[in-house]
Amino acid sequence: MTTIETTHTTNGVIGQRLLRKEDPALLTGEARYTNDLQIPGALHLAVLRSPYAHAKILRVDLSRALEMPGVRAAYSGADLADLWAAPMPCAWPVTDDMKNPVHYPLATSTACYVGDGVACVLAETDAIARDALEAIEVDYEPLRAVVGLEDALSDEVVIHPDLGTNKSYTWNLLVEETEGAVEAAFASATYTVAERYVQQRLLPMAMETRAVAAVPQPFGGDITLYSSTQVPHILKVMTAITLGIPEHQVRVVAPAVGGGFGSKLNVYAEELLCVALSRKIGLPVRWNEERSENSMATIHGRGQIQNIELAADAEGKLTAVRVRLLADMGAYLQLVTPGIPILGAFLYAGVYHIPKAYDFSCTAAFTNLTPTDAYRGAGRPEATYAIERAMDALAREVGVDPLEIRRRNFIPTEAYPYEAFSGLTYDSGDHDLAATKAAEMIDYDGLRARQAEVNVPGSTKRLGIGVSTYFEMCGLAPSRVLASLNYGAGGWEAATVRVLPTNKVQVVTGTSPHGQGHETSWSMIVADKLGVDPADVHVLHSDTAISPLGLDTYGSRSLPVGGVAVAMACDKVIDKAKQIAAHQLEAAVEDLTFEDGSFSVQGSPDRALPLAAIAFAAFTAHNLPDGLEPNLEAQVSYDPPNFSWPFGTHMCAVEVDLETGKVDLITYVAVDDCGVQINPLIVDGQVHGGVVQGIAQALYEEAVYDVDGNLTTSTLAEYLVPAASDVPSIITGHTVTPSPTNQLGVKGVGEAGTIGAAPAVINAVVDALKEFGVTDVPMPASPLTVWNTLNNARANHSSGGTS
Amino acid sequence: MEISVTVNGVKHTAEVEGRTLLVHFVREQLGMTGTNIGCDTSSCGACSVHLDGEAVKSCTILAVQADGTEITTIEGMAGADGTLHPMQQAFMENHGLQCGYCTPGMVMAATSLLKENPNPTEEDVRLGLEGNLCRCTGYHNIVQSVLAAAKA
Repeated sequence: MTTIETTHTTNGVIGQRLLRKEDPALLTGEARYTNDLQIPGALHLAVLRSPYAHAKILRVDLSRALEMPGVRAAYSGADLADLWAAPMPCAWPVTDDMKNPVHYPLATSTACYVGDGVACVLAETDAIARDALEAIEVDYEPLRAVVGLEDALSDEVVIHPDLGTNKSYTWNLLVEETEGAVEAAFASATYTVAERYVQQRLLPMAMETRAVAAVPQPFGGDITLYSSTQVPHILKVMTAITLGIPEHQVRVVAPAVGGGFGSKLNVYAEELLCVALSRKIGLPVRWNEERSENSMATIHGRGQIQNIELAADAEGKLTAVRVRLLADMGAYLQLVTPGIPILGAFLYAGVYHIPKAYDFSCTAAFTNLTPTDAYRGAGRPEATYAIERAMDALAREVGVDPLEIRRRNFIPTEAYPYEAFSGLTYDSGDHDLAATKAAEMIDYDGLRARQAEVNVPGSTKRLGIGVSTYFEMCGLAPSRVLASLNYGAGGWEAATVRVLPTNKVQVVTGTSPHGQGHETSWSMIVADKLGVDPADVHVLHSDTAISPLGLDTYGSRSLPVGGVAVAMACDKVIDKAKQIAAHQLEAAVEDLTFEDGSFSVQGSPDRALPLAAIAFAAFTAHNLPDGLEPNLEAQVSYDPPNFSWPFGTHMCAVEVDLETGKVDLITYVAVDDCGVQINPLIVDGQVHGGVVQGIAQALYEEAVYDVDGNLTTSTLAEYLVPAASDVPSIITGHTVTPSPTNQLGVKGVGEAGTIGAAPAVINAVVDALKEFGVTDVPMPASPLTVWNTLNNARANHSSGGTS
Repeated sequence: MEISVTVNGVKHTAEVEGRTLLVHFVREQLGMTGTNIGCDTSSCGACSVHLDGEAVKSCTILAVQADGTEITTIEGMAGADGTLHPMQQAFMENHGLQCGYCTPGMVMAATSLLKENPNPTEEDVRLGLEGNLCRCTGYHNIVQSVLAAAKA
């Protein structure tokens, strides 16, 4: 692995807790989200959604809807069949023989999940459009719904008959030093564990639901698509391909976006409908998603059944890992649906050293449920959950503390950069340091002592302590590695840095922030590199007319890819400015140094020119070196040499009420190492939010379906997104192990909290109940689930004792 | 129906449908889009405004019910000179927002909370804001913001 030294800062901006530039607009209502845009003459789209999880569409009668005042058009799926140049895109065909059902924005013959669009209305107001949906008559022939994964794989009912099966793919990763190494390791193991975990489906629930507005130029031919998306660049390419519109005439803008968490990393039916219908009728078309609609029409996360087996030697050191995964695709493959479980495929050995004895296989199946896709962490929280729960199981087998079993297995710090069993190289890490710090912060030994004191017969409460150690694996790149995984795009990012004549700096980034604070962090990177005030840097993004090149924001990629690209563009600007300075100072380029925003001749500090003077000189172009182009700007497209590997240790303590099953999270400590921190204020915020999303999976959230495939948790009254009163303060700590793969030494951080949290919490709940023989508590560990688990364990315990 | 409402100090007289919610009136008829909508069950609090000085979820009130009242929305919080309201300032200084979508509602609910209880504990703040959901911050810095505003 090529090692790149972290370059020293020029003026110390990096690392400051700078307040965010984004905030004043967001705090005052000045920021404009997609649905805030005023678009004269726009018609409102509403989509009629199937009330059945699986049904033939026999007849769609739009006549009554079309008669309603204010309704301008209505269409069935069949009516629009000619509008699509290609089906809805899936960009990640993980295997060559993967089954991918043809999927159009509206269903034509069969509705495949509750929420599948079957018809739509264009009307003068949103209210009229929604009223008109009720006047559309659809005759359905209900079919049996396939709700469970085992049911799906039985193929008793095949959802997409042309595919002949509900199985989409099986993807294998078998790594063995010698043939049969995994079998041999299990045969000779002193300890083995075999665990089964269910990753319940989750609803991403960004606070802003999706919204779309398409504004056509019927005569000019251009079209502007405003969308609450994380991925304006990807959406532009896919809109062009799917609708057959020349790409250079498509502009995509992501205005202020109210959270995404992966759910807006997609190409959705409503985006394509708005664009296609606006072109068809020559008027702007807009759509705004209601919350209960969002629950059905926006992708879900997780939805996996995990079987994990560990083999270990007499000291509890891992000798092999075997994983069999079942993944719920839902009814169709959305943009990266099939790739989500594969993103976790490399992480089932966690932060532990294992020999080349790793056997992973994932089988993915279709169900009559909303499609799954990326949700914060996307495959990696699932993998981390499985290995971290299984490590606790191993600790029980070996009879050592959960922290001790981890320490015995950590990849040693001196082994970095570390070539893993998979062939991937982990950039840097110090797992023992993070674990030690977390243990100190939470007073692990003190908590264990207190646990022994308070967990006694007669008490109705039990204290439990949970540990998880993790890798984030983010900044999905380099592109050639993505190619080997059959991913349909690259992993690079683009940046332009432009010093304006008055020494203000414009940055154009291909990332597309929606809460992460890129405007602030990128300004800090530029300020640090160029020696300017962060306030004098302005970051432009999320509009393909302004930022034509980019791959957007997801997978904790923005800083380790996009932020590094900004730094590299600054280097190019400095190189060019140096040539101008050398020319004007009549010195050799190699004799110049650049410090604190000024070029000076080594040994003659009085011979100096500030960047401001160079910027103006580059603008007037009166006195430039021969052959040098005017203006001071540089563009970079950066393809990183490696993924980035943030890591950390999370610990928490819970108190479980044995009489009610209620779990109280008493304290939560997160020690995260994301390398060099540009802005620790923002890093902490990312960790807080991520941790609470992980806690939410562990304790509160589940997309519940009935046997007919109806989502029974489609509103925020039923789906329990935690409130402030449901979660504790999060105590954050950090270690800093710079990444050697980029000049900033940075790694990603957006998903770390979510990855670390769920296993820490459930390990704590299981730990609290261990005396009753409890070894698993399903997620979410609601009071009822905990109470049932406890009582079943007690019943088994007592019957086992008497037999 | 004709209603007359004072919003952020300006009196508006307007025709509304009987079914028009206060939030739709403010957003669509008055063009003040700072008040956001995050759900359809009055669960999320993103649409919180002050009605006669008290925080209400503007999706639970019909525009006609607001006839004759004084409404403050997020647009009415900062001073005319551009000075942020102390609660807005506290949110900024404590990184109490990320995507910003829940933020207007949080700021309105939090100022109302401090009016009722000027010296809240952390638990008071957490309980007082339980009607307002945030998906980004994990609430940690929102709670810190409100506690800081109470001390300011």
